[in-house]
Amino acid sequence: MLGNTFILLSANGGGFLSSLNNPDGLNLGDIIVTIVFFAILMVLLKKFAWGPLMGIMDQRAELIANEIEAAENSRLESHKLLEEQRALLKEARENAQSIVENARKQGETQREELITAARSEVNRMKESATLEIATEKEKAVAAVREEFVSLSILAASKVLGKEISEEDNRALIEETIVKAGEGR
Amino acid sequence: MNHENPNIVFLGLNFNPANILMLFVTCLVVFLIAVISTRNLKVKPTGMQNFMEWVMDFVKGIIKNNMDWKTGGRFHVLGITLIMFVFVANMLGLPAGVVWKGELWWKSPTADPVITLTLASMVVVLTHYYGVKQLGTKGYFKTYLQPMPFLAPLKIIEEFANTLTLGLRLYGNIFAGEILIGLLATLGAGSAFGLIGAVVPALAWLGFSVFIGAIQAFIFVMLTMVYMAHKVETDH
Repeated sequence: MLGNTFILLSANGGGFLSSLNNPDGLNLGDIIVTIVFFAILMVLLKKFAWGPLMGIMDQRAELIANEIEAAENSRLESHKLLEEQRALLKEARENAQSIVENARKQGETQREELITAARSEVNRMKESATLEIATEKEKAVAAVREEFVSLSILAASKVLGKEISEEDNRALIEETIVKAGEGR
Repeated sequence: MNHENPNIVFLGLNFNPANILMLFVTCLVVFLIAVISTRNLKVKPTGMQNFMEWVMDFVKGIIKNNMDWKTGGRFHVLGITLIMFVFVANMLGLPAGVVWKGELWWKSPTADPVITLTLASMVVVLTHYYGVKQLGTKGYFKTYLQPMPFLAPLKIIEEFANTLTLGLRLYGNIFAGEILIGLLATLGAGSAFGLIGAVVPALAWLGFSVFIGAIQAFIFVMLTMVYMAHKVETDH
């Protein structure tokens, strides 16, 4: 291939060949030196320059990726926390409302109960008073009746001038009074 | 401009000590630039580290333009070394050519066709090596029959043409640049009148040569990756 090259180039004229200047043929030594130098340079640079540089660039890429991920994570977390807080707040508000509602309901029931109890107490008292009044009236009537019997007997004995045996006539008189009561 | 090149024979091989000297200087400069700029590596880059990382990303971009990064990642080191090497080599001859006893000692190593063709051959041999490694021997030979079997002779010629164009393009650009710089320098050194006439075009051409040197380094690496992609990927 290189032979072809030089045939091709020699058509150019002497200027080119003089720059090649290889009186004994091909500059094979230069070719070897070029390749060896380039290979050594590449190996050395890979070890001392490109390798570390690529390492640091990868490290940076990783760092940036991590940072982005961390930022994304913290954003999601804060979003989650915010939602949680919002839910808690809502729950608390609902709780408060239900507590107030309950208290009001309880108060109302209590009031109802109190009123009912008071009313029934009043009724009971009224009834017992009525009953007592009736009993007292009965008693009073009985006492009056008894007193009236005694007075009647006393009056009759005064009228008759003789002692009427209270025991003998009491039954009779009482019967009369009952009759009079019935007749009235 | 027809300077002789120094020549020594060692172990039956012809050596051009000027080439060896310039290759050594190039390697040294590249190595020093790379090592100095990658001291004190930090996750948060500063100074020269930024520049080196830019070079790496630049080469990475070239590779990614041509192939999948999964297959192309292994050529990253080759690409960075190659672009730095060719660029520095192109720059070295710009300040001046040094001629000692009629022999040209200081020049761009890439202004010598032996060196550029060696680099080009090395790249093409590497593409064949990785082609076989990546696709297997059968898959490698199959690529010669695609897209049409009767194009196989063209595909074989293409391999040689690739090598030649890759090497000679670089050589031609840099050699021509140096010749023109040399001519302008000769003109400027000739007389006071010539100096006045030569300063402006010499400066312009120097600037343009820097541009050409950078562009040629980029083209060399890009074509390397293009050839590599042709060999290691099936769907091209």
